[in-house]
Amino acid sequence: MTKISGWGNYPIIETKEASFDRAKEVINLIKSKDSFIARGNARSYGDSALYSNTISSQRYNRMLAFNEDEGIFTCEAGVLFSEILDVVVPKGWFLPVTPGTKFITVGGAIASDIHGKNHHKEGSFSQHLMQFELACADGTVKTCSREENSDLFEATCGGMGLTGVILTATFKLKAIETAYINQTQTKAKNLDEIIDLFQQHEAVTYSMAWIDCLKGGKQFGRSILITGEHATKDELSQKQAKAPLHLPEKKKLNIPFNFPSFALNEFSIKAFNALYYAKNIRRVSSSVIPYEPFFYPLDAILNWNRMYGKKGFVQYQFVLPLETSKKGLTDILERIRKKGLGSFLAVLKLFGEQEDLISFPMKGFTLALDFPIKKGLFEFLDELDKVVVSYGGRIYLTKDARMDAKVFWETYPHIDKFVDIVKKYNPQGKFTSLQSQRLLIK
Amino acid sequence: MKSVLILGATSDVGKALAHEYAGNGYELYLGGRNTEDISPICNDLKIKHEVSATAYTFDAMKVETHDQLISSLPSFPDVVICVFGYLGDQEKAQENWDVANQIIETNYTGAASILERFAKSMEQNKSGSIVGISSVAGERGRQSNYFYGSAKAGFTAYLSGLRNRLFHSNVNVLTVKPGFIDTKMTEGMDLPKPLTASPQQVAKAIYKAERKGKATIYVLGMWRLIMYIIKSIPEFIFKRLKL
Repeated sequence: MTKISGWGNYPIIETKEASFDRAKEVINLIKSKDSFIARGNARSYGDSALYSNTISSQRYNRMLAFNEDEGIFTCEAGVLFSEILDVVVPKGWFLPVTPGTKFITVGGAIASDIHGKNHHKEGSFSQHLMQFELACADGTVKTCSREENSDLFEATCGGMGLTGVILTATFKLKAIETAYINQTQTKAKNLDEIIDLFQQHEAVTYSMAWIDCLKGGKQFGRSILITGEHATKDELSQKQAKAPLHLPEKKKLNIPFNFPSFALNEFSIKAFNALYYAKNIRRVSSSVIPYEPFFYPLDAILNWNRMYGKKGFVQYQFVLPLETSKKGLTDILERIRKKGLGSFLAVLKLFGEQEDLISFPMKGFTLALDFPIKKGLFEFLDELDKVVVSYGGRIYLTKDARMDAKVFWETYPHIDKFVDIVKKYNPQGKFTSLQSQRLLIK
Repeated sequence: MKSVLILGATSDVGKALAHEYAGNGYELYLGGRNTEDISPICNDLKIKHEVSATAYTFDAMKVETHDQLISSLPSFPDVVICVFGYLGDQEKAQENWDVANQIIETNYTGAASILERFAKSMEQNKSGSIVGISSVAGERGRQSNYFYGSAKAGFTAYLSGLRNRLFHSNVNVLTVKPGFIDTKMTEGMDLPKPLTASPQQVAKAIYKAERKGKATIYVLGMWRLIMYIIKSIPEFIFKRLKL
């Protein structure tokens, strides 16, 4: 038995972990084990990749084909985004969509149907996914795309591993001229201003904002909008232009142990936010920076999740429809501020349209907050859930470790169809996680 | 371009070695029982390192096919690495000689058979390098795995003899005794972390030692001490231990 958890270090459970590096081993595992959930690099936050039996895709990690002319990439499910970047960036290609960490597997990216800073323009990962192979509960391997086995394709993208084990995937990359991003940071004094800024910047490819959840009064919702485009060759400095597709080497920091849980409290977070906000003196500042700090600022600190101490944390990410976003955000931020349960990192982003079976995004604002586990937190989050539901929003399964089944069933509009497909292909509940049990997906 | 032949390429250490040598610009010949299992590894190596990598059928137990493997290679490899091994099940081996025989033939006979053929050519060419992955289990027979241990002991002795013979022909033979490695073979075992190397660590250590022309390495230094202690226990005590 091994102890495992998601990135939030909550909950921690014991599991019997098997791994595979060949498709036939997966089939054997499917035939031999009662139920299990596939697990990649364990970067989902909550309990979606936790169960008493897990099978790890980490050894199943070969790159199978890279068409350098057309930017089409095929690999096994355990390949990390970081490994793909190392190979494709020097050839002038980039991931079509990436979340805030590059240490996720391709299988996880599909199961979570991940989104990134470009969602409003380029959608989620599944929009760039051409096909994948899925090992199903009956021991067959099915090729799935929007045309072939389309029901399985739809239910697997964002389906949290409940339809089968993803084996290989083929997706489209995006052409880049340089490994750099032309970034602009813009200060917003308050919530109204940041919401307007997002809408003004909808034509820019990448955008997100850091928002200060603890500030009240006139500066309520003060934030920094960060937007960016892939830099062209002539935007680079002389030094950068020498090797436009190669990044300078950088050393990583590590947090080798859990911080004591009191390290992050209302005051230290307030201080951090004040410093972060003050760091940007000018209202608008632009610079050309390597893609790494732009997309993956936290990857520079390995194991940053340990900052939250042994008890772990919950990341709470919800989305609200555009019409209710402003009112809803004000309501929720106000509740958080009053509670003083502040979040070290609060990320705000405007999504574009998306109408998929079980994927999280919808047109509107999404906010992601970290809450260290402490007394009263779960009651408070239940209260927030009710508010999210009342504004017509929903919660991201990849971050979730505690949502009530009722909230889930009320807020994902195609849940019945999703569950029907899961039942059809996974009738015995072969693929089960703690999350799917909690949310009554069976 | 230099080339390396890795026998047992689908093992975790085999894969890590392939990446290590590919990263250093070697052309790769990968041998294993099932070329279908090797071909994704070849694709991976080609994409990541932009080197040529080809799969060849190799079965340690089928010694009659060993000459064929050598003739099917496009060029004579500069480095030959024997990384395959078969741990087997000691209890089953005690009950069924076929199992015992498979352990002995894979780890000793098969390995010696294929290396002997390469050794001959390298001796004539007066160049080349041979690496054999043996085991700390071969240092002293223990009741828990003496078939595996004795086969590896034989292999270690074979390698040391071969080293002695080929030294005069400018060919180095490296013996590797890795100790615990975090691989498929040891999955689910409760191994002490400080004594367990990752396949990548093993591969790096092997590449470095092979380039330097070393004779024998333990990947983690601690193992040298542990094996020294295990070897020093007097037999009248050792035979009573449950090891």
